[in-house]
Amino acid sequence: MDTLTREPTRRFALAAGALAFAAAAIAPRLAFAKPSDVEAEFAKLLGGKKPSDGRIKLDLPAIAENGLVVPLGVDIESPMTDADHVKAVHVFADGNPQPGVVSFYFTPQCGKAAASTRIRLAQTQNIVALVEMSNGSFFTASQEVKVTIGGCGG
Amino acid sequence: MISRRDFMQAAGAAAMVTGLGGGLLGKAAAQGRLTQAELLRFPATGNVTLVHITDLHAQLVPIYYREPSWNLGVGKAAGLPPHLTGQRFLSHYNIAAKTPEAHALTDQDFAELAKSHGRMGGIDRIATVIKAIRAERGNRVLLLDGGDTWTNSWTSLQTKAADIVDVMNALKPDAMTGHWEFTLGEARVEEIVKALPFPFLAQNVRDTDFEEKVFEQRRSFERGGVRIAVIGQAYPYTPIANPRWMFPKWTMGIREDDVQKQVDEARAEGADLVVLLSHNGFDMDRKMAGRVKGIDVILTAHTHDALPQVLSVGKTLLVASGSHGKFVSRLDLDVRDKQIKGFSYRLIPVFADAIAPDPEVAALIARHRAPFAQDLGRVLGKTTGVLYRRGNFQGSFDDVFTDAMLEVRDAEISLSPGVRWGASLLPGQDITFEDVTNGCAMTYPACYRMQMTGARLKEVIEDVADNIFNPDPYFQGGGDMVRVGGMGFTIDPTKAIGSRISGMTHLKTGQPIDASRNYTVAGWASINENTQGPPIWEVVEQFITARKVIEPRPLDAVKVVGV
Repeated sequence: MDTLTREPTRRFALAAGALAFAAAAIAPRLAFAKPSDVEAEFAKLLGGKKPSDGRIKLDLPAIAENGLVVPLGVDIESPMTDADHVKAVHVFADGNPQPGVVSFYFTPQCGKAAASTRIRLAQTQNIVALVEMSNGSFFTASQEVKVTIGGCGG
Repeated sequence: MISRRDFMQAAGAAAMVTGLGGGLLGKAAAQGRLTQAELLRFPATGNVTLVHITDLHAQLVPIYYREPSWNLGVGKAAGLPPHLTGQRFLSHYNIAAKTPEAHALTDQDFAELAKSHGRMGGIDRIATVIKAIRAERGNRVLLLDGGDTWTNSWTSLQTKAADIVDVMNALKPDAMTGHWEFTLGEARVEEIVKALPFPFLAQNVRDTDFEEKVFEQRRSFERGGVRIAVIGQAYPYTPIANPRWMFPKWTMGIREDDVQKQVDEARAEGADLVVLLSHNGFDMDRKMAGRVKGIDVILTAHTHDALPQVLSVGKTLLVASGSHGKFVSRLDLDVRDKQIKGFSYRLIPVFADAIAPDPEVAALIARHRAPFAQDLGRVLGKTTGVLYRRGNFQGSFDDVFTDAMLEVRDAEISLSPGVRWGASLLPGQDITFEDVTNGCAMTYPACYRMQMTGARLKEVIEDVADNIFNPDPYFQGGGDMVRVGGMGFTIDPTKAIGSRISGMTHLKTGQPIDASRNYTVAGWASINENTQGPPIWEVVEQFITARKVIEPRPLDAVKVVGV
């Protein structure tokens, strides 16, 4: 430590500085999806119907620890009988280059309508899920996930 | 002290609030000094005593620590404790100016009062307080440590926390949780936790593979015939605020549903009292108290708030015990029929000159510090004014750090993290190497030097501002604004991300920051792996040694509007 302390400023100036806040690398200037793109995807699935709120629980962090692997869980309340079950849940992100993230399909044999995976988020955005029920009705829920530069806490 | 000023409803008819207002300390205050007996005086109540210490930041010996002049609350927390400072704090809690208590809790007349009341803290003094409480209350006492205990002193950095862990063990805590502890790295944390004679509780730390628990989540204790469940909540955003690469297999997060599950399980097991030993930060805890049902007491931490009264949210009591060993919280509870029927509370200020050091712990501390005595005591220079850290936007000690980086690293702009730890210095005081390292001893200290565009700088500052001033406490990271050297700006904390910061000006030239131009930026505490540069303490040491005398200047580079 003593050696470094006594070295001239110039030496410090030459030391290569690593990117301090490099997490920004995940926010390149690409064309991103817009909320309207998600609405367009919704329109295709809904075929004129209106989704209701609720019934689906999204399990997402408020702030992503790592935008490259954000844990996502979906859990939909349903008896999962032949007469009344979840057919599918479609997940969209309104700020990624492509709005579609994942679709999970279920049958009554699944027993319950729950799934989890990891998703990639380019920036702070809303995750929107659309649930398709066996009787043709739809439910929706959304949550914002913040993707931050980080650091400086504490 | 049962005050109309309390903005939250009382916890219950039986609740007795015993803050340490003018009454308790008034007489001693008039004499300008306090005795140990007066500091320990307490109207004992009920069958359980919770003792809480937190955010010691490995400070073994007494220090000065100036409370903030700026501590803005946003959203629902605007204008509410703990977001009161100075005179407003004193009048809210009905504390007379210039009393020892006013000195301990606010920035008012800091230098003058610090000289008459002396330093605060020291784990040997804390030991005396805890021993006295145990002697009085016997097996009713539960001692809980809220974390940020093992790091941020030179000796803890050099010993990988062996010093502080050994000294804390002498206090015989019953449990702890953590935050900066994780910056010792997975392997070291596991090694220490394995050897701890008490549990390290953290329900929200999980492995990144299957989100399985890493640490014990909850522990049951029986004290005074009461079954107490203590749930640990580590700082949820450690992997964001601190280098995730140091603990790559651990993921955290708030996990509110899981807190509720822990509470429900504890109740199902017959717990009479449920305590959340939390490192969420005060506003996050306040929000959680309103959403998770069945927590009796939240022992808060992280945001370094010191509140002389318990704050209630519904039936949940929130305790805020300050930082750096300045205070020990004692909360006596009368628990019957699985309910708190009454309580009394005191935030005991640890005035180091009034409380006798516990001889055994003092000897232990001396033994741990001895090998580093030469470094710790090395005088680098002197300050003509108060050097301090805490405040939302700027601190005079932070200026020393940012100036040092500009000069020693030959940068146009410098960035220093807005951590709330680091002891204060008084006018005329020598600045020792220990004083510098109290403000920067950490495991990722490299002082980098890089190019950043004006646009990128704005993005960084906006990001940090949103971390502090997001109106939703679940999006707040704690800490204060990044300190910026060589650049001034205007901030409106009430705006949204992207529009809080304006008027960014390069101070040396007086020119507006050009969004497209590259600036040479120096900074430290980068969360990225393989950051290159000398440790920050070498940069600051070189600067102070060359200057010899530090003259703090007015803190006017950041203009605050909208509040």
